[in-house]
Amino acid sequence: MNRLLLFAQEHGGEAETAEHAATGAIGNVIWLVPLLPVLSFFVILFLGKRMKSKGHAVGIAAVGIGLLISLIGFVELARGKGIVQRSWTWFEFAGGESLKIEFGMHYDFLTAVMFVVVTTISLLVHIYSTEYMHGDKRYTFFYAMLSLFTGSMLLMLIANNLMMLFVGWELVGVCSYFLISHYWEEKENSSAGIKAFITNRVGDVSLLFGIFAMGALGHTFNIFELNHLAEEGEIHGTGLTIAALLLFGGAVSKSAQFPLYVWLPDAMAGPTPISALIHAATMVVAGIYMVARMFLVFEHAGAALDVVAIIAAITMLLAAILALVQDDIKKVLAYSTISQLAYMMAALGVGAYTAAIFHLFTHAFFKALLFLGAGSLIHAVHSNNMSDMGGLRKFMPHTFRTFIIGSLALAGIFPLAGFFSKDEIIGGALRSASEGNRASAWVVLISGTITAFLTALYMTRACVKTFWGEYRGQGHPHEAGGAMVTPLWILAGAAVVVGFLGFPVIGPFADWINVPGEEHHGFSTLYNVVLPIAATIVAAAAIFLGLLLFLRKRWDIDILAGPFAWAYRFVENRYYLDDFYLNGVVRPVQYPISRGTYWTNQKILDGVVNGAATATVALAQPTYAVIDRQVVDFAVNGAAGLTGASGGLLRYIQSGNIQRYAAVLFAAVAIFVAAFALT
Amino acid sequence: MEWFDNGWGLSLATFLPALGAIALLFIPPTQEQFIRFVGTLFAGLALLVGVILLDQFDFANAGAIQLDVNAEWITQINSRYHIGVDGMSLPLLVLSLLVSFLCTIYMWFHIPAPGKTKAFMALVLILETGMNGSFVALDLILFFIFFEIVLVPMYFLIGIWGGPRREYAAVKFFLYTLFGSIFMLLGFLAMYFQSEPRTFDMLALRDQAPFGSELFQNIAFLGLFLGFAIKVPMWPFHTWLPDAHTEAPTVGSVLLAAIMLKMGTYGFIRIALPLLPDAAVNYAPIIGVLSVIAIIYGALCCFAQTDLKRLIAFSSVGHMGFVMLGIATLTDEGINGAIFGMVAHGLITGMLFFLAGSMHERYHTREIADLGGMLQQIPRFGSVFAFAAIASLGLPGLAGFWGEMLALLGSYNPHPGLSEGLFRVLMVGGGIGTVLTAGYLLWTVQRVVQGRVPEKFAEGHGIHDVVRPEWLAWAPLLILILAAGVYPKLLLGVTDAAVQALLGVLDGAAEGAAAAADGGH
Repeated sequence: MNRLLLFAQEHGGEAETAEHAATGAIGNVIWLVPLLPVLSFFVILFLGKRMKSKGHAVGIAAVGIGLLISLIGFVELARGKGIVQRSWTWFEFAGGESLKIEFGMHYDFLTAVMFVVVTTISLLVHIYSTEYMHGDKRYTFFYAMLSLFTGSMLLMLIANNLMMLFVGWELVGVCSYFLISHYWEEKENSSAGIKAFITNRVGDVSLLFGIFAMGALGHTFNIFELNHLAEEGEIHGTGLTIAALLLFGGAVSKSAQFPLYVWLPDAMAGPTPISALIHAATMVVAGIYMVARMFLVFEHAGAALDVVAIIAAITMLLAAILALVQDDIKKVLAYSTISQLAYMMAALGVGAYTAAIFHLFTHAFFKALLFLGAGSLIHAVHSNNMSDMGGLRKFMPHTFRTFIIGSLALAGIFPLAGFFSKDEIIGGALRSASEGNRASAWVVLISGTITAFLTALYMTRACVKTFWGEYRGQGHPHEAGGAMVTPLWILAGAAVVVGFLGFPVIGPFADWINVPGEEHHGFSTLYNVVLPIAATIVAAAAIFLGLLLFLRKRWDIDILAGPFAWAYRFVENRYYLDDFYLNGVVRPVQYPISRGTYWTNQKILDGVVNGAATATVALAQPTYAVIDRQVVDFAVNGAAGLTGASGGLLRYIQSGNIQRYAAVLFAAVAIFVAAFALT
Repeated sequence: MEWFDNGWGLSLATFLPALGAIALLFIPPTQEQFIRFVGTLFAGLALLVGVILLDQFDFANAGAIQLDVNAEWITQINSRYHIGVDGMSLPLLVLSLLVSFLCTIYMWFHIPAPGKTKAFMALVLILETGMNGSFVALDLILFFIFFEIVLVPMYFLIGIWGGPRREYAAVKFFLYTLFGSIFMLLGFLAMYFQSEPRTFDMLALRDQAPFGSELFQNIAFLGLFLGFAIKVPMWPFHTWLPDAHTEAPTVGSVLLAAIMLKMGTYGFIRIALPLLPDAAVNYAPIIGVLSVIAIIYGALCCFAQTDLKRLIAFSSVGHMGFVMLGIATLTDEGINGAIFGMVAHGLITGMLFFLAGSMHERYHTREIADLGGMLQQIPRFGSVFAFAAIASLGLPGLAGFWGEMLALLGSYNPHPGLSEGLFRVLMVGGGIGTVLTAGYLLWTVQRVVQGRVPEKFAEGHGIHDVVRPEWLAWAPLLILILAAGVYPKLLLGVTDAAVQALLGVLDGAAEGAAAAADGGH
């Protein structure tokens, strides 16, 4: 309790904290970044349809201003201004002695980087969608939700405590639900939305319990306070491990890790710009962000980081294999996203904190690029399936070039963004494995290397199937207009340059993002010179193999005829994980279990009530014949006549049900009185 | 205005609706518009008085009873006309005043068959007085009378204006709740005879508590428990609820869900817990277990429903389970959360019942399988439904979240006298319940408002989007759902002081018991 009070004194009330003095002007405006999109949501929702732009102008303005402020804030931080911390009491019990929930912000480099990523991608998606969603029935609602999503995400990122983080966390979830279900005329789309929401709910419950556990351990929900306590060893032991794992449960669903990743591929039912923004670049990294935010807690929570590493290592491999067998281009990218999220998570698991955030950062750009590119393809050929594409490089030169840049970045080819970030993760795993001698790090290293190979392979396959060969679809595809192509080139530019921010030794990224409290955990130096060369060879080999397999068709393999047909079917059916959830959990609850419960309700619980009445009548027949007919009925008829009730009621009262129930009543009362008499 | 400040303002707010009902007697039944006007006027005036009372209420001292009147009433048994509000009852009183007023507005849109506007309006007004009175009464006999008064108008509302099985539902509702009330009354009498000097005054009894042996407390608590648990209703005493809700006319369902159920939960925190604190600790595990059963069981039953209104009724069983779980934790998180949950459920489920009623007016069916595509056909209506459903599943930022979250948080760290292990298990059960709740609500949204418009409604005869009286009746609810979610202090800032006072009694009793045990050694 003392700690809480101390904390309340430090941060409480309306008082601004000491750090603020060194903050500069940005502290006065940074809260506008999440607020503007939230306001824009209400404006678009209620007034959007009357506007000439149908609402998109408001959203673009809100997010555009947000981007501007985010960039200024970032520069301020880079110039050494202090971090911004402010908080107000959201509500408290017993004057804060018992429980205090704060509404507070904490703006540091991690938040600043995330702000830039979210506002940048969001702005580009806003612009791109003016063309992509043009003519859509729910254009205005789409933009309203886009705004609400952006605001909620930013709110979550600036939260200084876990409760507020949770609020933002669930709000982005509901936006995701609405946007996945956007084309709800078709049942499968709304079902995909429900699947996403429910799967995430499972994780959210885990997260909430984790928050409770953290709060109980540290007597505060403040993120930085909790990290500090963990580092000082003031909170420790099994309780902390359990709390950290419960928190991680939230990240498993939100950031689509095994075994809860199943919602993300289905989430592709939403409009493609949404897939780019929410289901690739921003929302799904919330789990990574949360673990990073609580990193010192995880680091001191026993085996928690090992669990994180192992789960991530499993996820990255499973998802990469699935990406290899998809026909729907969005699903290729969805599984790729799962796999890459696992990469980030694994980085955290092996302690490569900076590398995890760096990969989050670079991935946001090139994965958004790939999704928007896929959107451009889908817009042109009116199908998600790569079997309906082919030869599109001739028709869509801009989409082709940018998509190739994105693919190479994802595959980790020098000097594109993915090369630097992926390299750091592998390097981190190697360091942790060899220096720390951690088994989980070895697992990550092996799994990560195989995944790197598979990543380059499935992207080669996707590129070949869409851009090379003959066109297999309907109609005449053509390149999209400026509103769509411009964001593609901007993102392609980013995919080329952002990697250099993390250039070994000289890149500034490691100066910005570090494990809290550690000066320069930083990026690897000469130690890893061999590593990038090895990684490049792996990726290049995969691309070469992919070209032979899919473009030259060097070997005509019919897997289904071979000895590994069972393995192929196993993968094709997504390891039967979805089937297990659907037929093993969802359908039974939805039908037999619920019907059985309802049956007990009607036949047993209600049966007792009705049966008691009937039984009493049987027992009370003699009484009924004598006293009732002559005495009670007379009185009841008289009373009923006075009330002037409807004929139906009169009939009911006369039919004797009242007496029947009354008899039960009095019997029960008699027993109760007897009980009193005995005390 | 001295009389007003001295507490009679509260009486005015309570009885204005009943006065309205009397005024209606003098209006010929054919003057339907005028009847509506007078009814709305009186409900509105009561709400207005309520708003003035909010201004009079000293929020800095919300833990104490305020605006009270304590006048002589039935001297022979020392029962007094003692009313007043504190931070615990004020939100519920205001909720009652507001929702009743909104119901009178809604009646401008629709009065179900067989019409009889005058009788309908009069019954609603009498009902309102009964509900208001229950939340302000500080004398057990007075409380009992208000508690029972509501049965009569609701009985007729269901019995005359209800659906096909209205008679069964009305009688079942009346007798089942009356059945519980008898035991509650016995509990009251037992406490009366045990007190010294003998009194029915809740505050005086609270000061005397704990009285009697633990066994006495346990038996008296059982009486109160039966009365309140049936009203809530807690599992397994809930079977009257789906029938009553399904058959009741829209306004009846709204008032039943939004206000009347809270009389049971309010009874627990106003009477059972502070007056019988030792028994409360003994019963808390049982209440907690029944609550979590209710949460999961209610949600599962929702999956099995084909009638939308019945589905919402079963969802109430689950939501009230969260309220009762919060109470069972005997912590400030849990009980504050419970009061928050009561108000939130009143706003959200009240809204859902309004929607179910209006849906029936448009489509003449409540069968979920027959409905669909409302977002396409009547987009505003469909959006409001989706909003209410999302609020009901406990989304943060809307009212439904805080009550559930605080109940679960309370379960994580229950009262020191309770088993932590058991309540952690209950917390997990509640967590599973939130997943199931989200499941059936989103499934309902999918079937009712999403998808394509069914062929038989494609022509759209009589199917229109939200009309003005509906907006007037609904907008305050929708705004409050958002406001309470974004700024929970709105409620928690009022309730906490009263909850702390209640916990003071509980802890005092626990310490007293410990001291007595020490003394014995």
